[in-house]
Amino acid sequence: MKLHEYQAKALFAKYGVNVPKGSVASTPAEVAAKLREIGGKGVVKAQVHAGGRGKAGGVKVVKSPEEGEQFAKGLLGKRLVTHQTGPEGVPVDKLLVEEVIGIQKELYASIVVEPSMKTAVFIVSEAGGMDIEEVAAKSPEKIVRLSVDPIIGFQPFMGRKLATGLNIDPALMRPAAAFFENLYKLFVATDASMAEVNPLVITTDGRILAADAKIGLDDDALFRHKDLADLRDIGQEDALDVKASEADVNYIRLDGDVGCMVNGAGLAMATMDLIKLMGSQPANFLDVGGGASEDKVKAAFLILLSDKKVKKVLVNIFGGILRCDVAARGIIGAVKEKGINVPLVIRMRGTNAEEGLKLLRESGLKVIIANDLQEAAEKAVRAA
Amino acid sequence: MGILIGKNTRLLVQGITGNDGSFHAEKCRDYGTNLVAGVTPGKGGTTHLGVPVFNTIGEAVKKTGANASMIFVPPPFAADAILEAADADLEFIACITEGIPVLDMVKVVRYLQGRTTRLVGPNCPGVINPGEKCKIGIMPGNIHMAGNVGVVSRSGTLTYEAVAQLTDRKIGQSTCVGIGGDPVSGTNFVDVLDMFNKDSATEAIVMIGEIGGSKEQDAADFIKKNVRKPIVGFIAGGSAPPGRRMGHAGAIITGAAGTASAKVAALKAAGVTMVDSPAKLGDAMAKVLGKK
Repeated sequence: MKLHEYQAKALFAKYGVNVPKGSVASTPAEVAAKLREIGGKGVVKAQVHAGGRGKAGGVKVVKSPEEGEQFAKGLLGKRLVTHQTGPEGVPVDKLLVEEVIGIQKELYASIVVEPSMKTAVFIVSEAGGMDIEEVAAKSPEKIVRLSVDPIIGFQPFMGRKLATGLNIDPALMRPAAAFFENLYKLFVATDASMAEVNPLVITTDGRILAADAKIGLDDDALFRHKDLADLRDIGQEDALDVKASEADVNYIRLDGDVGCMVNGAGLAMATMDLIKLMGSQPANFLDVGGGASEDKVKAAFLILLSDKKVKKVLVNIFGGILRCDVAARGIIGAVKEKGINVPLVIRMRGTNAEEGLKLLRESGLKVIIANDLQEAAEKAVRAA
Repeated sequence: MGILIGKNTRLLVQGITGNDGSFHAEKCRDYGTNLVAGVTPGKGGTTHLGVPVFNTIGEAVKKTGANASMIFVPPPFAADAILEAADADLEFIACITEGIPVLDMVKVVRYLQGRTTRLVGPNCPGVINPGEKCKIGIMPGNIHMAGNVGVVSRSGTLTYEAVAQLTDRKIGQSTCVGIGGDPVSGTNFVDVLDMFNKDSATEAIVMIGEIGGSKEQDAADFIKKNVRKPIVGFIAGGSAPPGRRMGHAGAIITGAAGTASAKVAALKAAGVTMVDSPAKLGDAMAKVLGKK
């Protein structure tokens, strides 16, 4: 789950990771008031779940409350399009108003769980404020990594090691080490999957601040963080994706026209790959999951059908825990409720496949049955 | 022969009285697995599926000689269940549970270091050894047949697809291992490839990877140095959009390594026969074995 910058910064502050003075506003008048509180000048930042805000005109340094109010009028209630959002953009409902900070040095710091190390790993770099993937590709020597053993946790020497790796002035070693220690505490306490500070700023007046803050939360851990789960802003998410998450199915909308419904993430990806290999494009990724019920299959199929781009549908079920007859009933239920006016190709194998196919044949639905994966993809791609 | 599990496996099921645990424990037993016990805290002293249920693994091991576990405990309690099984020094654990918090698994995997327990999963279909009629997992047993091809995969149903293609072509399997789809897990490709390489019953290997992380590249390095048995491979997710499953900072560590094309290139360079279509795995293996 993604958080807004203002939410992430509030968490940073709670765990003692220093952030610039600031607060969030929802109206232009509020923006002006917040700017007056910090002396008139400030930075106004659109709160959206997408990178590239600055280039897209979502961030501005303003010299007066009036300028801030004008800027807010042009942003609030509108949609911001960045290189990460797609042409429809994302809504801007809130603006973060912050003090202007004097920058002496811009650094980079993040913590992620690194699968090959099987621990949380700090990634820090002197090349702050830049796209870190680019830094990793072009000058990997500028990146320092540090793995934290979960049994001993974060130790003071690790903070010194990171500070040294960043060539931080020895006079600032202590606050820098504390910054990293608190960032790690925050990461563990919130069950984050990612915490990123870019840039991490050393100010002209000698403070160490998280000028930007990103936190990604582990969805699987939200059950023990009710307060964090409440921070979700569904306005930032694709409407169909939201519907899918409510139905607890794994759905990602894509650009093609072959809608597909599959059980299991690997087989779903493989089915999409095959569609592409045959010269078409998948309209979505949809994994109904292992132990799906008839209702869940039905909900998933309705979500797939509600995407207007879908011109044909391919269902690929390899029954394991999910029985094919259950899947068939879900599909039949969905079609009986909403109808279907595009070709439907179905391949079923594994647990109760015969029974499932029989139900489909006897349902009166116009279904194209395929015997194997190859045939299914061919029939779906050629269907018109 | 085969790897990880077999005739000498004595299985206990953690969460045996739950719906999924009960259903699959029965399927495993029907397939031929020696099911000896169940563990559900608070239900010790009862009997389920004809085997005794215990409150703790320690008791179950003492009374039944169980040496392997299959875990169906819900995500909030699953890490603790794995730790309990490792603490009892079981030889083998398959954790089927999906949705365990990543930081829980970080602790679990660290605890397993230096211990004798082998964990497969979590979020995996388990392991099946058709030759010795032993299944610890949720895969449909009837699509498998005994033979000499080892299968290792990060996926569940895609593995069934591959296995069915093999069986359709009368190519049997020595052991099929689903290592699971989670970023932090007990067993990686390298571990399983090493076992298959040393297993006299395994002549060839099917390896199915996915986008994200760099487990496939680690496998490629290992294969290049150590494995002379033929391998047929496929990477799922070549058509998946970037950035949707991997967090921004997560992508940086592996850099471009997370893409399907990078993984395919690495495995090809290691001598693996890569197929571009998941529908061609069976044919490719038949060709490798000279059956076509």
